[in-house]
Amino acid sequence: MALKDLPIEECLFQGNAACPGCPATIALRLVLKALGKNTIMVVPACCTAVIESLYPKTSFDVPVMNIAFEAAAAGASGVEASLRQQGKEDTTVLAWAGDGGTYDIGIQALSGALERGTNFIYICYNNQIYSNTGVQRSGATPYSAWTTTTVSGKTEFYKEMGDIVRAHHIPYSAQACISQPEDLYRKVQKAKGIKGPKYIEILAPCPPGWRFSMDLTVEMGDLAIETGAWTLYECENDIVTFNGKSKILLEGKIKRKPAEEWIKHQGRFRHLFVPKKDEEKLKLIQQHIDKRWERYQKEFL
Amino acid sequence: MKKYKVITSLSYPQEGAMGKTGSWRVFRPVLDVSKCVKCLRCWIFCPEGSIKRNKDNSVEINYDYCKGCGVCSNVCKVKAITMDREAKKE
Repeated sequence: MALKDLPIEECLFQGNAACPGCPATIALRLVLKALGKNTIMVVPACCTAVIESLYPKTSFDVPVMNIAFEAAAAGASGVEASLRQQGKEDTTVLAWAGDGGTYDIGIQALSGALERGTNFIYICYNNQIYSNTGVQRSGATPYSAWTTTTVSGKTEFYKEMGDIVRAHHIPYSAQACISQPEDLYRKVQKAKGIKGPKYIEILAPCPPGWRFSMDLTVEMGDLAIETGAWTLYECENDIVTFNGKSKILLEGKIKRKPAEEWIKHQGRFRHLFVPKKDEEKLKLIQQHIDKRWERYQKEFL
Repeated sequence: MKKYKVITSLSYPQEGAMGKTGSWRVFRPVLDVSKCVKCLRCWIFCPEGSIKRNKDNSVEINYDYCKGCGVCSNVCKVKAITMDREAKKE
């Protein structure tokens, strides 16, 4: 799959309300290219609810239902049941939520929908903060990152939503990143062809939330993969396959870059470097990544 | 476009739902066509979708809606897109 094979058709119009350099719109363009116009989106409170823009206009060329923060998966279940009743089973139902609506607030609705076996795709674009409401800490925020509610750095590590979802033993779950468009497109298209609940998580480096220059969005995604802070994998019927660079890292053909390479570009980790380099916290971050990769090598190699 | 008879609030798709977002721009991407190798990286990574892909895979920038983030210039491997200040001081 090369970039020139991706369809020209756009389902997201220009002139929307996203910030310049927004990763969510990069992801959304790709996902809607893969799913096509025969899609119904369910969007809870998240940045995308803002990107839709102001009444009476919208920038999405697919039907969108806005719903309460915790109810993305529950709403999608309802839409899917209604379509099934009408015999329109070729329509894809897409629940599109941020990490706040997935990791923290929406987890019980998501878990319920996965357990019921609802035939839908749940996509979480993970920017590791509640960026829509002004950068608050979420369950996905990494250790020591600055947010407006963790001013001197978060004191806990993030949780592994991918593992929680895999514990539901659903037909398909995957992790992707906006910096790998072919990989993301292939995963969404694959999910479209599978019946049952599908979960895809996309890393979305957010310039105003992570405090980096808006032209570095794609580079931050690449570095997250190269340092091992983010992994690309897909899990089909409980068999996990690593993709792209993550596969090479897992096999140990190339070495992971130190985590510092990734975090030094981000203003949210600035207190680790200025006024004095905080070696202890940097070491803890690196250890956390190393430990995770040791586990991966034990489980999946 | 088909209009629906519903009582609840309903938005209809339209280009430029937030107006001409090109006015947000400070730096303007300028494409050097002679350097372009048609790899389409700028087209797929443009957050706004402001880079139009033609049938022959050449690209054009729509300045009406480009927000000037500079992602296209940064992902271009052959440095065919440069960012110039919108209004230069004399």
